[in-house]
Amino acid sequence: MLSAHTDKKYEEDLKKLRDDILYMGGLVENQIQRAVNSLVDRDSKLAETIIERDHEVNRLDVEIDDLCIQLFALHQPAARDLRFITTALKITTDLERIGDMAVNICERALELNMEPLLKPYIDIPRMAQISQRMIRESLDAFVREDTDLALKVCKDDQEVDDLNSQIFRETISFMIEDPHTINRAMKISSISKYLERIADHATNIAEMVVFMVKGKSIRHMKEIPQSI
Amino acid sequence: MSNENYASAEKRGGEELRAPARASETASNKARLEIHGLSAYYGKTRAVSNVSLSIQTKRVTAIIGPSGCGKSTFIRCLNRMHEVTPGALVEGRVLLDGEDLYGPGVDPVEVRRKVGMVFQKPNPFPTMSIYDNVVAGFKLNGSRDRRVIDGKVEESLKMAALWEEVKDALYKPGTSLSGGQQQRLCIARALAVDPEVLLMDEPCSALDPIATAKIEELIHELKETVTIVIVTHNMQQAARVSDYTAFFYMGELVEFGVTSKIFTNPEKHQTEDYITGRFG
Repeated sequence: MLSAHTDKKYEEDLKKLRDDILYMGGLVENQIQRAVNSLVDRDSKLAETIIERDHEVNRLDVEIDDLCIQLFALHQPAARDLRFITTALKITTDLERIGDMAVNICERALELNMEPLLKPYIDIPRMAQISQRMIRESLDAFVREDTDLALKVCKDDQEVDDLNSQIFRETISFMIEDPHTINRAMKISSISKYLERIADHATNIAEMVVFMVKGKSIRHMKEIPQSI
Repeated sequence: MSNENYASAEKRGGEELRAPARASETASNKARLEIHGLSAYYGKTRAVSNVSLSIQTKRVTAIIGPSGCGKSTFIRCLNRMHEVTPGALVEGRVLLDGEDLYGPGVDPVEVRRKVGMVFQKPNPFPTMSIYDNVVAGFKLNGSRDRRVIDGKVEESLKMAALWEEVKDALYKPGTSLSGGQQQRLCIARALAVDPEVLLMDEPCSALDPIATAKIEELIHELKETVTIVIVTHNMQQAARVSDYTAFFYMGELVEFGVTSKIFTNPEKHQTEDYITGRFG
């Protein structure tokens, strides 16, 4: 572990940045959990509460951006600190987008809740569970500077992609069999797509963690490296 | 893409990161100064320990490190200024274009013509005019022809980005200029003898930010013609002006590499601690 900065205020601000990111991550993870609950339990009131709470995520996004800009301006960070702050800046953007996806899920849930159930939701909660775990682990990796865990998150993305394809095929077959299901099947397919995007954002975070720790970018590579 | 492709992509990344550490890059950019096992002493105290390093031609190399780490002593060894101090001693070799500056029969005065120096505090000769200051060194080993000397004054002052400011006041005392102008006058004086290498020992530490910016801009222009080694306490300055950075600590060279790499992802823990402000 690195020793502390001689500048105490700088040290405190960096710690605050780390804490804020973790708080925002926890909030966003909870938003997804509850968004999917509002769908599975057909709880429209819950969906509305979650949509309302997105402003909290947005507020944190702006606050963390401000803190990063302030750190750049006042301390001219270098090396590890520079990579840490840059990573934080990018992570908040991903977390904010995940928050928006949770809102999108709720919007579709509100619409679906007004119609008869097309089929029991099995794969959507599974996707949500994996996506949430990916967010949690990518942020754990961020805090612990653990590139192995970050790489695991990148690999887990495939699982979510596969489930998304499966749901897509399934909803298509519903639509072919009975055009009356198109409306609902499309919405379920959209929710699946939102969850797939959430997992992509978690992957982005994990990739940035690798950059932060090793100073090497693994983004946009066709294959995930086994180790760094 | 196969694993092999991934590996090659990774290799490219790695290549880029490692490139700086190698002394010779391409044919067009060879080392001007090669330093081998250089140690410098003040009496029994060793200020620089066994430093080996290559200074690339027409590039800016910054030397950074905390006070007392030996960076000034190190650059003073590069033009045989260190030995002027009583009790000082230098070991090791410094090759300028392959020729050992400490070889037998080498004239230190000639070394200092080839390897010029600019100091922390501007030090124009107090009794001389701007004009005489610029050509003080040039007249010692050059022509006495007035037109040649006039030409040299103009050329050197232009190179030092001072000409426009002083061309109508060439016969005023050098000390009548502002601090930043005096420093550029000293740079012009160093350039007048056509050095191959210019050593700058904290050239901006006595200057305000605007004068500093002018000197930094000048450094960018000068590297077209001379090889520059700059010692600085200001890490942002090192990051801004240099192509390569060497980090010294307790008389030893800890890390040397391309500046952008040193400031974003240094190899050594000590370098990391220093540039991120973790030295207490």
